[in-house]
Amino acid sequence: MTAIELHHVSKVYRRYTARHFATLKSALLQRSILRDLRPSDTFPALDDVSCSVPKGSTYGVIGRNGSGKSTALKLVAGITKPTAGTVRVTGRVSALIELGAGFHPEISGRENVYINGIMLGLTRREIQRRFDEIVEFAELKEFIDAPVKTYSSGMYMRLGFAVAIHVNPDVLLIDEVLAVGDEGFTHKCLDKFAEFRRSGKTILLVTHSLNLVERFCDEALWLDGGRARANGDPKRVVGAYLTAVEKTEEQLLAETTAKALGAATPPAAAERPADPTSDMFRATEGRWGSREVEIREVALLDRSGAPAFVFHSGDAMAIRLRVNAAQPTGDFVFGVGLFNADGVCCYGTNTFLEDMVPGRLAGEAEATFSIDALDLVEGTYKLDVAVHKRDGYPYDYHRLLYTFRVKSRTHDVGIYRPRHRWTFSPNVEFRAPDR
Amino acid sequence: MFANLAGLIRYRGLIQSLVARELKARYRGSVLGFFWSFVNPLLLLLVYSFVFTYVLENKVEGIQPYALFMFCGILPWTWFASSLTEAAGSLIAGGNLIKKVLFPAEVLPIVSVLANMVHFFLGLLILIGFLVYYKHPPDGTDLIWFPVAVAVQLLFTTGLALLLAALTVHFRDIRDLLANLLTLWFFATPIIYPWTQANVRRYKSVFNANPFTHLAISYQEILFFNGPIGHWRWLLGLGAASLLLFLGGYWVFDRLRDSFAEVV
Repeated sequence: MTAIELHHVSKVYRRYTARHFATLKSALLQRSILRDLRPSDTFPALDDVSCSVPKGSTYGVIGRNGSGKSTALKLVAGITKPTAGTVRVTGRVSALIELGAGFHPEISGRENVYINGIMLGLTRREIQRRFDEIVEFAELKEFIDAPVKTYSSGMYMRLGFAVAIHVNPDVLLIDEVLAVGDEGFTHKCLDKFAEFRRSGKTILLVTHSLNLVERFCDEALWLDGGRARANGDPKRVVGAYLTAVEKTEEQLLAETTAKALGAATPPAAAERPADPTSDMFRATEGRWGSREVEIREVALLDRSGAPAFVFHSGDAMAIRLRVNAAQPTGDFVFGVGLFNADGVCCYGTNTFLEDMVPGRLAGEAEATFSIDALDLVEGTYKLDVAVHKRDGYPYDYHRLLYTFRVKSRTHDVGIYRPRHRWTFSPNVEFRAPDR
Repeated sequence: MFANLAGLIRYRGLIQSLVARELKARYRGSVLGFFWSFVNPLLLLLVYSFVFTYVLENKVEGIQPYALFMFCGILPWTWFASSLTEAAGSLIAGGNLIKKVLFPAEVLPIVSVLANMVHFFLGLLILIGFLVYYKHPPDGTDLIWFPVAVAVQLLFTTGLALLLAALTVHFRDIRDLLANLLTLWFFATPIIYPWTQANVRRYKSVFNANPFTHLAISYQEILFFNGPIGHWRWLLGLGAASLLLFLGGYWVFDRLRDSFAEVV
């Protein structure tokens, strides 16, 4: 049996051009009321989305901002109507879209609980019965008779959440509301959801927390630009979503890099201090050097040798420099440096430090710096590349012009992730992760 | 539409608690609190009686004590005017509810009308006090018509309130327009001058076209003038028209309902 069914649902929002529809006077003057009441410009928030949520299951909806997640939720809640298609929902619905939406700041928490409960479809008696439970859940026992305007935003949200969750719906719609309280309260909310699941209620969860979707949901839907890109097994959907996010990130990083390169100083003589190590740790972007040896192109390559900007922690990475020495030279050093977003140098080296004695460099050439395993924690990193003389005289110095991202499913901290493993004596036990 | 209308009965609990909240919240934090509901009309009455009996001496026959006469019209007018003003902005003020909660939007303008009706009733207590003070008892048999007048006004005001609330969502200027229109309307209605005056009678047909004229006259005949009510046919006619207005207002509201969540 299905609890929620969307059948080829589309939702088109009207966009009224500014001013156009703004005043009655102008509408009257231009005799255009009827025309203005028609949308001048439309924006499809959802486009032919179909899905069905079986009764008793937990269904996650993921997607980037503006992908139509909240619109989908509002359609299921009945707050807006679809432009095309049908939405069918069986059972009482409670929507946690905005907590405490109906609270009146001037009156007490107690009165607000009653009115909010009635708004959500409870009777006065039902609220009376659940009142203590609600207040206890919200942890507001001492403040329940104070006007709501004196509440902190956390208290406000907690009370809103407590009322909404005690409506005892058959279908619970949740829109990114788990971020309401402190750690402890979030746990309580999760426990409450688990209780809902156990009692066979249907939950529709819109969230950016992919972790939550993987842990909690039986099925997931990925919306992108109003269309359903994938649905089904949460692990698979989240995976597909992450891959797509990486792809856009790649694009973004490619643009950033191109922009940084473009903005870097045009050809100039060696104005920089002769000793580049003196400002090795000063993180300002730029490019300088005599260009006797010029770095023509820098590419980051993934394991397969294809250019990339997003890497997974532990992946292989190669930095390939294409250089051109206009005049043959016998004095050259290739160098690279990795910096994290805070400007901390994570690693730096050059051919001179590694005791490579330069012989001859002429014309077009390539130098590749290969990293077998990029053991960095998640974050954005920047790259220095340079060709200079052994005494530091710069031919071409690219400072922090290249950006790449390291992704990781583990949220460990620091900069460097040593290869590691844990071992335990047999009396230490771990359970399978919570579901 | 009729299914939605029937749904209104289901929402009576909600309407009831929202009206109560409106009244409670209005005076929360003030020293006199709910007492202001009495004080406001009382002060108004005192100011008007001072101005129109001492400053602008008023000796028109038949409407003495003048303050009392005027109060019979001003009290229902205040209910009417503040209801419309509040109702027009009610959907915008309650935008959060409409956008984020599954909420029957028509409840909001209706709550505005009903909350002001409670103020009207409280003002009536002041009026009764003055009727006693001036030893000016209304005719007992006329009082049967009082609930009729209130019912007609309730229907009329609610119909207009629904219409205005729905339109104001799309045309925000209505709120400002309304404030001016109501001032004009007030002076075009025989509230501070008597209907019986000769120079008023001259424009009889114009006044008859103004629906609030009939309400004002009815209240004055019921509460102030002696003798049986002579205006009951007009009152009932207005009642029938109000029913149509209410249905029409509700129809417009219902048609625009789906746009509220997007436009508010």
